[in-house]
This record gives sequence, structure tokens and C-alpha cells, in this order.
Amino acid sequence: MARKRYIQAINEALFEEMERDPKVILFGEDVELAIMGDCRGLTERFGRDRIRNTPICEQTLTGMAVGASAAGHRVILHLMFSNFIYTGMDAIGNQMAKMRLMSGGQARLPITVIASYGGGGSNAAQHSDTAYPPLLNLGGINVLTPATPADAKGLLKTAIRGNNPTFFMEAGGRGGEQGDVPEGEYLVPLGKANIVRPGKDLTLVAIGSMLKPALAAAKALASEGIDVEVIDPRTLVPFDSATVLESVRHTGRLVVCDESRERCSAASEIAAMVADQGFGFLEAPIKRVTVPNVCMPYAPNAEARMIPNADTIGHTCRALLGREATV
Amino acid sequence: MTESPSRDQLFALYERMLLIRRTEERLRDENKAGNLPGAVHLYIGEEAVASGVCAHLRESDMITSTHRGHGHYLAKGGELNAMMAEIYAKQTGICRGMGGSMHVADFSKGILGANGIVGAGFAIATGAAYSALLAREGRIVVDFFGDGASNQGTLMECLNIASLWRLPLVFVCEHNRFSEFSPASTVTSGEIVDRARAFKIPSHVVDGNDVVAVWRAAQDAVERARSGSGPTFIEAHTYRIQGHLEAEDLFLGGQYYRQATEIESWKSRCPIATTRKQLESGGAADAARLQEIETRVMAQVEAAVGFAQASEAADPELAFTLMFDGQTP
Repeated sequence: MARKRYIQAINEALFEEMERDPKVILFGEDVELAIMGDCRGLTERFGRDRIRNTPICEQTLTGMAVGASAAGHRVILHLMFSNFIYTGMDAIGNQMAKMRLMSGGQARLPITVIASYGGGGSNAAQHSDTAYPPLLNLGGINVLTPATPADAKGLLKTAIRGNNPTFFMEAGGRGGEQGDVPEGEYLVPLGKANIVRPGKDLTLVAIGSMLKPALAAAKALASEGIDVEVIDPRTLVPFDSATVLESVRHTGRLVVCDESRERCSAASEIAAMVADQGFGFLEAPIKRVTVPNVCMPYAPNAEARMIPNADTIGHTCRALLGREATV
Repeated sequence: MTESPSRDQLFALYERMLLIRRTEERLRDENKAGNLPGAVHLYIGEEAVASGVCAHLRESDMITSTHRGHGHYLAKGGELNAMMAEIYAKQTGICRGMGGSMHVADFSKGILGANGIVGAGFAIATGAAYSALLAREGRIVVDFFGDGASNQGTLMECLNIASLWRLPLVFVCEHNRFSEFSPASTVTSGEIVDRARAFKIPSHVVDGNDVVAVWRAAQDAVERARSGSGPTFIEAHTYRIQGHLEAEDLFLGGQYYRQATEIESWKSRCPIATTRKQLESGGAADAARLQEIETRVMAQVEAAVGFAQASEAADPELAFTLMFDGQTP
């Protein structure tokens, strides 16, 4: 176990999996220079055949991932920003998500797409989306949202070894954050949520980038005598409904934090699932804490107004318990 | 240096074209009789292109195809019974009844699938060719597409990458004069082949109704791809005898987008009839051989329809297990 940054953990997973399996290749825009940091050193180690810069053409890159994987490689496509999912959507929605079913199970598509999401860097509307909600609706796509360096490593390694198209969503602002990361072989299974902080008064599900502010809110609430259970689902598809439902069964209350926009957010889907399958456990309405239904503005103060933080999460939790802030 | 097909090879080309033609004539009739659940887009009149190109391919080579894909599937060696059962939506279909006419695929034969998205094959073929380049096993990829697909922007993107990376890829544009219901003259500017020339990709423009011309152009293109010389672009001029899809008269409601005289003039240039004339010149023995081929092909088509009709309907529950490999949706 060593302290590592989130981006280093991703880099470590890429090194280990490319070392392990010569069929793993990675391509994308400017991956050779590794401007996002996660691909640092890969070109020097594995060469230009396996790490390759591409032109800027996301519609083609997503389709190429389908073709190269169908032809026998394990493909890692680096899309940089999750907004570029929209640019490459045809092959994601019409090929990647559907080819296995359409071919009667013949197609095997080991594809991992890496894309960084979220605001907070004054990158403005076209580079700050949390663009996983449309992926959740496609059916044949796994969606991973690691929140910690350890999960980033463990989930990425699992994704690369898997045989299904999988989006590995990098929490954009998390790159510099540190955490303990197991050395060498460390795999985190898909569809297994993590109860990060046990509690009895309220269930707080925090997706990816929202885990840190959710834990800060839980800490503040604890000092006020409110005991919050924080759950990191780790993956949105597949989703660990059982862990969330079991938590709500004993807390009776649910808040879901998600950096995507409110309408049709992942939080909305989780809320619907609990309303459907756990209605009898609920003692209060389900609350979502998300980015409002606006595009991310550029100005830092305007951006801060939109992204959920420990205060807004804490406020929602208190309101749900009928408690006013004590400070 | 390109050669011409031997007489035996020409017989084989003829048989392959005839198999595609007779299969699709039957599909046309079955569609009309209301025996097929979905739409069929027929390749009648264009058989020389798939047959002439695929004659140079190995089983391990790969192709991407279009919504008009039965001909590509059969030319690349896809099994007829399994395709017919697929179109009949049966469990024994090549895609177990989950894909249908527009998605016939046989990955074990390098047929990466017909595709309902016009132009989708460009990027899939480019990715497959990149994989083939890295694997260094001598595999190549052929991307079949139409003049309509040539107006998708991904063609430009893929020509760029294929040329830049010298991919083992052959682009085959089947210029059949129509983009669904729009004549090419109303939706396509310039010469399509010039798009490839802009990326310094060598090209051939051929009569797509002349199987020998297609075969010769493909021989050069496949040889270039296999020897590591990069992509080639073939523009094959042909004509879609049938409509965009069968039964289109039902929703065209009396409107028309082409003249009957135009269709008739292209029917007189049938690639199969032309080849048959060439082969008949050999005398009685060749005439007998042609008759044998006709009999064999008709028996295959009949058997395929019988197989499809006798097969079990598709299993709806299969959809739940097919979304993911080893994972429930």
C-alpha cells in the first residue's frame, strides 16, 4: 500500500494491464504526450503501435474502438473530456451498445473508454459536463465512476480485462488527490458498492466526484449528532441496488449526490429505483443534490454556485431530518 | 500486374453472383407474400461488386457491410441457411433472430456485420484494419459502402487515418445511383473517387456491372493491402434495380423518383447475364455446366427457405442474456 494520486493510480493500472496482455492497445488525441497525465510514460515503454495519437475525429475513434476490438484487440480509447462522448455518440449508441445483441452474441467488444468529467476548473460549458447519464440509457454499456485512487486502479484493471464496452469516468477535479493504493494485482469488481462511512440516520449515495464533499458533509453532520451512512456505488452500470436498498431499509432516508444535471441524472435513476423497490422503507421523500438544469458557466463564482458541495449536501440532509443548521 | 480470372474462376464468380440473385429474388417474393417480419433492402443488379471483390479474400480477412448486405455476406462465405433463418426471425438464424436482414453477420468468417447506420462501416473497418496492421498476420479489411454513405463526414476522417497509417484496407464504393430515394445527382457533388485522391489514396473507377473489371481492380487493391502498401479506393458504378427497400410503393403513394426506362436500360446490362454470355461461348460442355450451376443454386435457395420455415421462432428471453458478456442488463 502506498499513497498515490488518482491520476497515478490510473497510470499504474494502464502500465500493469498493458504489461500483462500484449493485445491491449490505447489510442486517442495527444495520448503520446500524455497531457492528461494518466498516460505518462506509456509510449516510451510500449511504443507507437500500442499507444497512438489520433487525429481529432471522435466519431471515427469510437467506431474504430468497435472495429479494433471486434478484430481481436483489447482497446482503450482515451476521449479526454466527457463532453466528447456527444461527438462520438453514433458509434457508442448504435454500434458499441448494440452489436453484441444484434449479432446474436457473436461480437465480443473489450473496450474501455476513458473520459474526464465535471466542472470546477473554469473550463466552461463544453469541457465541464458530467456526461454519463445518456450512457446509462443505452443498455449495453458499463459505466464506472471511481472516486478514490484505489478504486480508480482496481476498476480500471477490471474494465480492461472485461469483454464488454465500459466507460471509465475520471473525476476531473480528483487528479491531484491522494489515497492509499494497493500495489500490483488489485481488482475491484463491477457492481459492488462501497459503504464508505456507516451510519444510521440517513443514507447518502455519492457518485464519483461527489464522494469527497459528501464525506465532508457527513463529518459536519456528525458533530451535530446526525449519523449519515455514505455509500459510493463505484459503478452505475452495473448498479448495486441491494446495498443501497439495505441501507435505506435501516435509515429510512435517502439523499443522492451526483455532478450531472438534475433531469434524468444518475441520481434520478437511483431515486426511482428506491421509490420503486424500497418505498416501504422510506420515512421521508428522496432528495437529489445535483447540478441544476443549466450548462456550466465559466466564471468561478458562477461555477461554484452550480456544483454541489459539502454545504449544499449538508443542508439537504438537515432539511430531510427536519433539523436546522446548528452553526 | 493484374491478371484476368481464369475460366474456372469466372464460373465460380458466376455461381456466387447467381446465388445472391436467386436468394434475393426469393426474398423479394417472400416479402411480397408477407412472410418476412421486417424490411429487406435488396442488392439485385449489384452482385458483381461483392463477388468480384470477395473472390480475393481469405476467410480470416474482414469486411464491413451495409443495410443492403446479403450480397456481401454470401460473397464472403456466409452460410445461406443461417442468413435465411435470420431474416425469417428464427432461433437458427446467424444472429439468433436478434439482428434481422440489416444486421446479418458472421464473425467467424470475418463478416463484421451488415449495418443499419449508413456509413457506420468506415470507422469499424478502419479500427479493424488498425488491429490487423498491429497483428501482422496478413489479414486485410474491405469496407463496402454506397454513394449515399460517401456524404457522411466519417468517410473523410477514415480516409485520412487509413492513408496516414497505411492501413491494410480497401474502400469499395458501390455507386448505385441512389441515396435511399434521392438520385445521386441531387445529393452528391463532384466525383466520389476524388475524395480519396485528396488523401493520396490510389484508386480505381470501374464498371461495377462487369465482374471481371471489379475482380481485376480488387486484385490490385487486395495485393496492395496485403503487402503493406496501404489503402486503395474502388468506385464501382452500378445500379440498384429494386427500390431502396421492398414494398416501398406502399408508402411512396404513387410518387416516383426514377423513370421505368432507366431501370429497364440497366436491366439490359445485368452483370449475371453478361457473364453467362461469356461462359456460353465455350460450347455444349459449358452450357451444361451453367445448367448445373442453376440447378445447384436453386436447390440451395429452396433448402434455405425450407430450413428457415421449419425453424423455431426466436427466443425473446435471449435479449436479456445477449446485452453483455457474462452480465445481466
